[in-house]
Amino acid sequence: MEQTDAALVGQARAGDPDAFRLLVERHARSLFGLAYRMTGNESDAEDVVQESFLRAYRQLKSFDERAGFGTWLYRIAVNGSLDLIRSRGRRMEAFAPAGDDAVDLVAETPSKDASPERLALSGEIRQRMVAGMARLSANERAAFALRHFEGMRIEELSRVLGCQPGAARHSVFRAVQKLRRALEPAVGTVK
Amino acid sequence: MNHLGEEDLILHYYGEDDDPSEAGRHLEECSECRSLFASLQSALDAVDCAPVPERDAEYGARVWRRIESRLESRPKPWLWSNPWRWAAAGVAFAGLLAAAFLAGRFLPGRPAPAVAADSQVRERILLVAVGDYLERSQMVLIELANANSGGGLDISAQQARAEDLVSETRLYRQTAARTGDGAVAGLLEELERVLVDITHEPARLSPEAVDKLRERLQSEGILFKIRVLGSKVQREEAPDEPSARQKL
Repeated sequence: MEQTDAALVGQARAGDPDAFRLLVERHARSLFGLAYRMTGNESDAEDVVQESFLRAYRQLKSFDERAGFGTWLYRIAVNGSLDLIRSRGRRMEAFAPAGDDAVDLVAETPSKDASPERLALSGEIRQRMVAGMARLSANERAAFALRHFEGMRIEELSRVLGCQPGAARHSVFRAVQKLRRALEPAVGTVK
Repeated sequence: MNHLGEEDLILHYYGEDDDPSEAGRHLEECSECRSLFASLQSALDAVDCAPVPERDAEYGARVWRRIESRLESRPKPWLWSNPWRWAAAGVAFAGLLAAAFLAGRFLPGRPAPAVAADSQVRERILLVAVGDYLERSQMVLIELANANSGGGLDISAQQARAEDLVSETRLYRQTAARTGDGAVAGLLEELERVLVDITHEPARLSPEAVDKLRERLQSEGILFKIRVLGSKVQREEAPDEPSARQKL
């Protein structure tokens, strides 16, 4: 039977590295998804994942067992991503459409049965999405990524972000408003 | 029932409205709100079209192999966790550019200073820095202004962030003062005072102290002023975008 996170954390705290390995294997992919949504860059996301697990391991003794390990790990990854974005001043460039992964996102082949018009629109939407994400502040991006992509409720994401629910809600609103503004011309055409 | 606002529609989209059935009924009856909601749905559904690069089932094992040897070693600083070095570099860079920004942006007609004024890239970087700084300040104040004072309040997290913001505020204020932008300098001085006072409060505030702080924030209108300044910065940051007025 698969062991719970709590049980594995207990064993890892007691010095069992295999238990921590299982936690890494269990959470790495979802953590990468979150880090990628936040940093907009594969290489940065990889760094965030590794550093988050290292930090989690070093802080395992201070982990409050009443909180879920996943939530705690997400919080570490969110903070790491925020620090990375801020320290590198990458709000604009992390999702920049020129010269990085974003180009691949835009160029990625859509479904084969799409019409040429549909393909063009799909590309336009992606470009606008990339541009819209680049307009979000670090907090807005974190709140949006957790709410929209991770399906986290505002109450919970406020705990991950370490802020009041009202402030988290405000960040989600602002992110949606900015993205909507960026996407509206293309989405309006699709409708 | 009144029309649903954009924020109501966003909460409804995510299923986080207080009474989803009431909003649902309104959307059935009101074609205007229904159309706005459909537009919001289209935009948010479209967001999902940006894929995340796939990581296969072995990804976790690869991460483990990369970090395993570092687990027992002496803790090293995070790749990005040297905040003081980053902060110092950022502050120094911002200081070089802030003169051009503050003098050129908020007082139309004033001759632009020679320092770096011709560099659009630098200016945009600074705009981002100032925008982030204003937003972070706003978030701290919003959290305190909206806090539930019921059984007292632990403000240690907000205090830590306020402390970080004080030095940035001082830098921007001094730059604004040097470039003769009294209005911005005055606002930043006011903000700095509020932030410093927050850091000097006890970490746990009594309900009365929370109410007092909230009253102060409201009476001084500091949040509103920051929002106005932040909007100006945002407009400068995205000059090609439509006005901030939302259609919703």
